[in-house]
Amino acid sequence: MKDLDEREERRSALKGLGCSRKRVEDVRFTQGKGHYVDDISMPGMLHGDFVRSPYAHARVVSIDASKALALPGVVAVLTAKDLEPLSLHWMPTLAGDKQMVLADGKVLFQGQEVAFVVAKDRYIAADAVELVEVEYEELPVLVDPFEALQSDVVLREDIKDAKEGAHGPRKHHNHIFTWEEGNAEATEQAIGAAEVVAEEMIYYHRTHPCPLEPCGTVASMDKVNGKLTIWGTFQAPHVVRTVASLLSGIEEHNIRVVSPDIGGGFGNKVGVYPGYVCAIVASIVTGVPVKWIEDRMENLMATAFARDYWMKGRIAATKEGKITALDVHVTADHGAFDACADPTKFPAGFFHIVTGSYDIPVAHVAVDGVYTNKAPGGVAYRCSFRVTEAAYCIERMIEVLAIELGMDAAELRRINFIKKEQFPYQSALGWEYDSGDYHTAWDKALKAVDYEGLRKEQAERVEAFKRGETRKLLGIGLTHFTEIVGAGPVKNCDILGMGMFDSCEIRIHPTGSAIARLGTISQGQGHATTFAQILASEIGLSADSITIEEGDTDTAPYGLGTYGSRSTPVAGAATAMAGRKIRAKAQMIAAYLLEVHDDDLEWDVDRFVVKGAPERFKTMKDIAYAAYNQAIPGLEPGLEAVSYYDPPNMTYPFGAYICVMEVDVDTGEWEVRQFYALDDCGTRINPMVIEGQVHGGVTEALAIAMGQEIAYDEMGNCKTGTLMDFYLPTAWETPNYTTDFTETPSPHHPIGAKGVGESPNVGGVPAFSNAVHDAFRAFGLRQSHMPHDHWRIWKIAQSLGLHQ
Amino acid sequence: MIPANFEYYRPDSVAAALGILQEHGDEARVIAGGHSLIPMMKLRMAEVPHLIDLQAIAALRGISIEGGTVRIGAMTTQNELITHDDLLQAAPILREAALQIADPQVRYMGTVGGNVANGDPGNDMPGLFQALDASFELHGPEGIRSVPARDFYEAAYMTAREDDEILTAITFARTSGGYAYEKQKRKIGDYATAAAAVLLTKEGGKVATAAIAMTNLSDTPVFCADAAGALVGTECTTDALAAADAAMQAVIDPMQDNRGPAEFKRHVAGVILKRAILRAWSRA
Amino acid sequence: MAKKLVTLTVNGETHELAVEPRELLIYVLREKLRLTGPHVGCETSHCGACTVDLNGKSVKSCTVLAAQADGAEITTIEGIGKPDALHVLQEMFREHHGLQCGFCTPGMITRAYRLLQENPTPTEEEVRFGISGNLCRCTGYQNIVKSILAAAEQMNAMKEAAE
Repeated sequence: MKDLDEREERRSALKGLGCSRKRVEDVRFTQGKGHYVDDISMPGMLHGDFVRSPYAHARVVSIDASKALALPGVVAVLTAKDLEPLSLHWMPTLAGDKQMVLADGKVLFQGQEVAFVVAKDRYIAADAVELVEVEYEELPVLVDPFEALQSDVVLREDIKDAKEGAHGPRKHHNHIFTWEEGNAEATEQAIGAAEVVAEEMIYYHRTHPCPLEPCGTVASMDKVNGKLTIWGTFQAPHVVRTVASLLSGIEEHNIRVVSPDIGGGFGNKVGVYPGYVCAIVASIVTGVPVKWIEDRMENLMATAFARDYWMKGRIAATKEGKITALDVHVTADHGAFDACADPTKFPAGFFHIVTGSYDIPVAHVAVDGVYTNKAPGGVAYRCSFRVTEAAYCIERMIEVLAIELGMDAAELRRINFIKKEQFPYQSALGWEYDSGDYHTAWDKALKAVDYEGLRKEQAERVEAFKRGETRKLLGIGLTHFTEIVGAGPVKNCDILGMGMFDSCEIRIHPTGSAIARLGTISQGQGHATTFAQILASEIGLSADSITIEEGDTDTAPYGLGTYGSRSTPVAGAATAMAGRKIRAKAQMIAAYLLEVHDDDLEWDVDRFVVKGAPERFKTMKDIAYAAYNQAIPGLEPGLEAVSYYDPPNMTYPFGAYICVMEVDVDTGEWEVRQFYALDDCGTRINPMVIEGQVHGGVTEALAIAMGQEIAYDEMGNCKTGTLMDFYLPTAWETPNYTTDFTETPSPHHPIGAKGVGESPNVGGVPAFSNAVHDAFRAFGLRQSHMPHDHWRIWKIAQSLGLHQ
Repeated sequence: MIPANFEYYRPDSVAAALGILQEHGDEARVIAGGHSLIPMMKLRMAEVPHLIDLQAIAALRGISIEGGTVRIGAMTTQNELITHDDLLQAAPILREAALQIADPQVRYMGTVGGNVANGDPGNDMPGLFQALDASFELHGPEGIRSVPARDFYEAAYMTAREDDEILTAITFARTSGGYAYEKQKRKIGDYATAAAAVLLTKEGGKVATAAIAMTNLSDTPVFCADAAGALVGTECTTDALAAADAAMQAVIDPMQDNRGPAEFKRHVAGVILKRAILRAWSRA
Repeated sequence: MAKKLVTLTVNGETHELAVEPRELLIYVLREKLRLTGPHVGCETSHCGACTVDLNGKSVKSCTVLAAQADGAEITTIEGIGKPDALHVLQEMFREHHGLQCGFCTPGMITRAYRLLQENPTPTEEEVRFGISGNLCRCTGYQNIVKSILAAAEQMNAMKEAAE
């Protein structure tokens, strides 16, 4: 017993896996000492600012910068003509398309970059933007993707006649690609033969990640030694370095990319934006640092949006509710350029996770990408590539099927869940789900909220409403989601040809502390805290003695960055594997010090112990010192390791979310009465951080489902360019959440962790949306598009005749 | 977002401020809390070569309640309205309404004068002061004049105030009876989808007097005399509420925006008006 | 335009600065005084990342001209606690995981500081209403609210102990 206590004491002193360690980042953040890109100030630094298009589609007839150039303090005004000799007036996108850096002959969306003003300070730059005279000739605008596919109006004149795009044949001049997966014929057959088929168009509207810190960069070309340093809001700094090298011709070793602290990313900071390119060019030309920081309107109007998927679903089942087939056709509005952030092979990301948590024998998906006069993007906004769209689609289709069958939606889910013993499970659309126990999670969730009691209360409410005693309805929003994260196996996943592995490099210092550097970059996830915990458990040094460093390409090993909940599944695995290499060498050192054979030692929390002689041991601290101070035959001095981890498979976190919502039929106002979130993200590294991720992710889901959108009028004017209209809830509108968990480790991940950052968005959106729908189910509602803001909820009630 | 450059003045008397206004004509504007004007200047939707900051003019500050009359200096902030105990006694509707304006930080800066003078149909105070039958005191080169709030608003951002006048104070009679300010918005910090200010008094179990004004349902605040009239002599029964609603609907003219189509706003206006009347009635 | 001389007392230190009238307080604090704690998030007075304390009021310094602040006493996050003497709010935000990316945190703590000065014993509802001018994209507010309530409790306990 005493030994156990002593061991537990040593274990808890490590602050390793499973402990709610307080975050090391917070010490500086709470004192206002974070270091974000706009905090950078350098001697002689110039400021860049954009002239942007007021039109969604127009020919640029002329640009006259003479008045701007005459303003004292203006250094340069760049246009596409200036960038053309450098071949930088266009740049490649992450999706195999190309995108204008500055308007080349025409503009294709409102807010598009037309000219880049470089001036002595931000004030003069802003004044000069006003003085640049641009003559436009307006062209017909296409904002609807279905119309775009029929229209004679050619948006992309540069590829008008190209029959092939980056992802195969194009059907129309505004068509980008068709991508398919699954067995179309078998699915069609199953649907044709089915006893029940539910069909519905599910729209997941256009929205935007809108991190509180907008995007920006400081580029500094040092002409003396030929080195270019780029600080910026980059979720993938190494990829930025590679792209910058390919575009500029500067050798990669002469480029240093640094992501300082990042004020939230949520996918918005994965891509490369014209502002980065222009600042870099301006610094190369002028030889002084150039800063470009966008404002909020620019962020919302011109940087990468998310979603905008029109999903036509058909789901077939037996009368008893056993699902027999699923077919989904998506019309994907990609805006003016295909700047989607997806692995090269997957132009619709991992949308084919759309069979969700259910054992569906045959399925088929097809996605058509379309150009329109809207901002480019299509990033994963707090979800792995297009997974939130897929989860929303299947979780809505399940509800629609339940209506069609007259069944309880919780029961319909239960009878279709993949069973625990079916894992690893091969889905009809080609994925191998690693592990899961959906029934256990589902039962736990239903019990926690007293599901039966809620349904009873709901039924009573409906009766009371019919009797005229209340004007509020009760909605119970159910979701069981399956995420797919941790991209990814290099054989399947790459970004611009770079395989999606990740990396960790560890150096143990002689006195028994350490630094570990990774290819990822935290934007609030707390990597400096949690990666140290993984390592502490692996190598037996306290997390408090381990520094985690990310984001500087001169020091960190190459990695693909942080998005798609890939940091823990991939870089976290690399960390564990590098730690194991350290331990392997440490074992040899300990064997030498204890004069025993390697195999006579066993690892015990923070030390190697001679088997059967517990009093004979060497702690990792002892070993670290010896590594630098003893000449050990056959061993190099020092204690370092590096691991590049290529995961054998994705990980598949899952969860059960239930939202209970009151809806006012007359005003469309809503109130979340209860929100229960059960997450299974495999092994839990830091429960406090996990809970924080869930709170934040569910709140973003609340915003998306209940009000947030990037909306355009028919002229292509963006109607939601400020935080007055782009819905970000305050503490007042945001409810409290109850979090819970089950723990089903990933069998292929070194520590069994699956990732959690994006689950709450993937699960949250359908939970809120289903709650709204469910409130009106008794009155005949099948489907109503998000966002469910007041007037749209009111419209539902009106269309169901509830206002008489 | 950076405003174009301008000259900044901080006069310490109304006379000095008027002098600057006169000197620069329509190139000059006064600034109170600045939380409407500065964003417009940053977006370069308002150009103001000469900006006159009123913060140093002591005469524009303070709340006084003498006899039956309440006088609020134009530079009084919304936060001061909320925390003023005597005002809470004299006209509790002001606190209820002010708490629904913007957010805490904005209420520390935002002033009553700015809220009523700039003529933004989204602002809450204009309708409120119409319900209160307040008067706005205007100082100009010709002297002081007083304009009833109910006559002040002409169109969006167009008011009875001349360019060379400064709105210095708001006066109204102490209230008695029931009151309610009901506002629907998408979130804190938003303008109203629809808002209703209701004041009423009760005698012998029936409504004796009533005043109603609606906000953000037209290009000006909408004073609804007929809607109020429909309540007088009633016990705020369902029929009376319906009559008030109908009368109100006849004078509002909502426009579609991101908050929803006009039809929705009309519906919400009706619902919140009824709620406001019932709450005021319960307090009468 | 002629520059204007303004006097700002920031975190107890008085500065005389020549500014263009159009210069916004946030940029003067960040770029002239190098106090980069307060941030620029939305520029239209919605997000509160730029919140500072000005003459005892929480204000959004992206919508205040430095000229308007002439003569004012200003406290930024840098003045609320010191590395060796953190404010209870700073400690409680860390203790209760009241922050993630840290971008809203300086404004949030500065606002909470004023809120607790005005109302030392707020309810959860009062805290939520009191910080409704500050947006956070990461935390969902639940732990921010918890942090502020915990700070209030500690501050009151300390006050009681001192009495």
